[in-house]
Amino acid sequence: MKIIILGAGQVGASVAATLASEANDITMVDLDRDRIGDLRNRFDIQVVYGHASRPEVLRRAGAEDADMILAVTNSDETNMVACQVAYTLFHTPTKIARVRAKDYLIHPQLFAQEALPIDVLISPEQVVTEYIQRIIELPGALQVLDFANGKVRLVAVKATHGGPLVGNSLKTLKDHMPSVQTRVAAIFRRGTPIIPTGDTIFEEDDEVFFISARKYTRKVMSELRRLDKPVKRVMIAGGGNIGKRLAKALEHQYQVKIIDHNMPHSKEISEELEKTIVLHGDAADSNLLLEENIEGTDVFCAMTNDDEANILSSMLAKRLGANKVMAIINRPEYVDLVQSDLVDIAISPQQVTIGSLLTHVRRGDVAVVHSLRRGAAEAIEAVAHGDEKSSKVVGRAIDEIKLPPGTTIGAVVRSDEVIIATSKLSIEAEDHVILFVVDKKRIKDVEHLFQVGVTFL
Amino acid sequence: MQRAAIQRILGILLMIISISMLPPVLVSIGYDDGAMMPFIMAFLVTVVMGLLLWFPVRAHRKEMRLRDGFIVVAMYWLVLGLSGSLPLVLSVAPELSITDAVFESMSGLTTTGATVITGLDQLPKSILYYRQQLQWLGGMGIIVLAVAILPMLGIGGMQLYRAETPGPMKDTKLTPRITETAKALWYIYLGLTVACAFAYWLGGMTMFDAVGHSFSTVAIGGFSTHDESIGYFNSTVIEMIAVVFMILAGVNFSLHFIAWRNISIRPYLDDSEFKTYFKVLSIVALITCTYLYITGTFEFGDAVHNGIFQAVSIGTTTGFTTAEYHNWPGFLPAMLLLASFIGGCAGSTGGGMKVIRVLLLFKQGMREVVRLIHPNAQVAVKIGGSVLEERVIDSVWGFFSLYVGSFIIMALLLAASGLDLITAFSAVAACMNNLGPGLGDVGAHYGDINDIAKWILCFAMLLGRLEIFTLLVLLTPAFWRK
Repeated sequence: MKIIILGAGQVGASVAATLASEANDITMVDLDRDRIGDLRNRFDIQVVYGHASRPEVLRRAGAEDADMILAVTNSDETNMVACQVAYTLFHTPTKIARVRAKDYLIHPQLFAQEALPIDVLISPEQVVTEYIQRIIELPGALQVLDFANGKVRLVAVKATHGGPLVGNSLKTLKDHMPSVQTRVAAIFRRGTPIIPTGDTIFEEDDEVFFISARKYTRKVMSELRRLDKPVKRVMIAGGGNIGKRLAKALEHQYQVKIIDHNMPHSKEISEELEKTIVLHGDAADSNLLLEENIEGTDVFCAMTNDDEANILSSMLAKRLGANKVMAIINRPEYVDLVQSDLVDIAISPQQVTIGSLLTHVRRGDVAVVHSLRRGAAEAIEAVAHGDEKSSKVVGRAIDEIKLPPGTTIGAVVRSDEVIIATSKLSIEAEDHVILFVVDKKRIKDVEHLFQVGVTFL
Repeated sequence: MQRAAIQRILGILLMIISISMLPPVLVSIGYDDGAMMPFIMAFLVTVVMGLLLWFPVRAHRKEMRLRDGFIVVAMYWLVLGLSGSLPLVLSVAPELSITDAVFESMSGLTTTGATVITGLDQLPKSILYYRQQLQWLGGMGIIVLAVAILPMLGIGGMQLYRAETPGPMKDTKLTPRITETAKALWYIYLGLTVACAFAYWLGGMTMFDAVGHSFSTVAIGGFSTHDESIGYFNSTVIEMIAVVFMILAGVNFSLHFIAWRNISIRPYLDDSEFKTYFKVLSIVALITCTYLYITGTFEFGDAVHNGIFQAVSIGTTTGFTTAEYHNWPGFLPAMLLLASFIGGCAGSTGGGMKVIRVLLLFKQGMREVVRLIHPNAQVAVKIGGSVLEERVIDSVWGFFSLYVGSFIIMALLLAASGLDLITAFSAVAACMNNLGPGLGDVGAHYGDINDIAKWILCFAMLLGRLEIFTLLVLLTPAFWRK
């Protein structure tokens, strides 16, 4: 696929890295010569220097035969104009833009075909906020991913001592919870994936990915670890884009405190938020944290845009007694350094966001893509089309489908019903099939599986 | 530095290049010239060498770093020069010493076209074919070929590509992906070769000669299957075909790519490097023809076609000859040799310093003049309307100083080895610019000079082909410091 990425910021660069490694033709446009020069050296991409929304620049970037344009520059206006230019002059099929300002977003008619023709609007901050919100709502989970509008959830948990299932094999799952339907999609043991079979035994510290209907997730988690008590007090460091949104989303269910070091800015957010206590100060100041009852805090979220500050303040919060700390970490190298022992949950905004983009890159009818384990694995919700003749999945039982190695089907959503996959379950047309792929190299085969043959038109 | 990664890539590259020993075997069978054993042995030796390098580190999967790229490219060209000489050492006719064989092979691969062999017309067809093929492989760059067919080189491929591609702006890719870029380049190269072979054949060459000469024409090489080079055919039509294809092969291949994609010749007309290249060749040709006519060396008609052919052949650094240009009167030999310093365009198969660099140096010089007149002026160096980064200009100056420096040192070494001054200076110029025929004792062939001189010239050819930096960087202590 030919993809033009406008803006070489954090999102742009990480998308480029992911997509370039999958043999897509990536061209990147930015105004910072050093930055794009550096990206060109690191990845197999082409770069163009210039204003992202100018027709001449887009033409040089190959807009004439591009399949997709992804506008993620810092400016909403540039992104919108770039999509308009791409639509009017180059007829680019797919146009994705990042628009942050709420003012634009509350008027969806702005983005209609005859106005500002943008096919997909993304708001990384919103996606990240929702992601964090789900983790806070389900204490103990490392990751919570929604499929089929939240009907099905893929949850990652670390199995710990005290979970009734730990030390037992997967087969016994049914005996433990006869009424609960769930399926273990993958287990990562010391970083390497294991494809679970009935005889696989859960060990301590295994990272278990399971799929179940939303209402059962808590129950399944309780089998793998002792459940944490529900969160009550949340402290957020950094009142930026994400921090503020998070506070807003949480303030009615939880007691939220937010710390920001910029006086005018903290004043501003205090006016905007209703119940949240806005504190002006340094998040790495132990006196401030102690004064604000850090030891009684259930979750401490470091949400500034500075990786180092996030890591240090969350480590400090943990030392001072916060029950659980999470930090936004942009640099992938840092994630490995701190994940699990220094910081409970490291959140990489790029990885959270990239799934929503991959949804449009993947061939076949793909409803949702979630990128997992730093892009090494993927969870996909694909829609089966066609009939027995034209499709490789429709009308076949799950054990008859030739799944690529390392791929498991976790669940099927048929109209509104969630069916957890069993080997005899037969796939029907228009089913939403949720797959888990541990090895990204196999994604192509999965795409093939869900593409309809030429006879189906 | 990652020894295992380098070793693995080198092993694979060697195994690939060993395949190039097989077409001559087919030629040998086809013409029944009885010279196929050397090629089979050379194939086996190369493939086993590659296997031995690759096998112990086959499971090694690590990205190459910047430095590894330099080593791989330099080592690969060195090893190629040696392995390419194997069939020549092993063959009975011609009987070559190791020095001569390496010289011949290096001269072929670097598209220099300087030869030590005389009596080409009596040699087995397979050997003749092999020499032409060496040039063809070296022309577009074997690394570029490897990048095109080995997707596993990935981002490391860019490091290799950069170390081999000629020209000051090495980061320009035709397509976003390096493999696709390399493929596009080879398709154009292949297309030009086929067109050239066909044209030669129509012009009256035999099939064998047509293919052989198309290899060395499009590669801007200069090897021929005859002692008298293109002069053997004594045909103005063939000379003009050669002129057209030499000019085409000396153009930046990305221009061909853009022109072909847009189906238009505008890209050529808009490109200032191409315009300069064309002007330089025209002026050199005009002076040559006029001077040849005025001095009465040739009749008018002969003066025109010999003048044009020789000016283009030397100016693009091909090195085909129709007449003994080194015996031409007055300043002509020296002027032609100096024209080869300008050479082809960046990103072409031509040698020399490349037109764009010379153009840049000239513009930079003019800027200094303007600055003297208007001390407060802000003057940007522009090429084709776009401003060049200072970084590029700096690197061109660095290149120029090293080019001149290495030229002088090697010429003096050659003179010290016992050659006369004209021979020494012209031989280094002809080899560094990947031109081929020099002046004095090396006007017709390089067979008569001493072995030390030949080894120095081998180095000069490689230095010119890899554009100095890739090779010289390996000779600096800073590179090897951990």
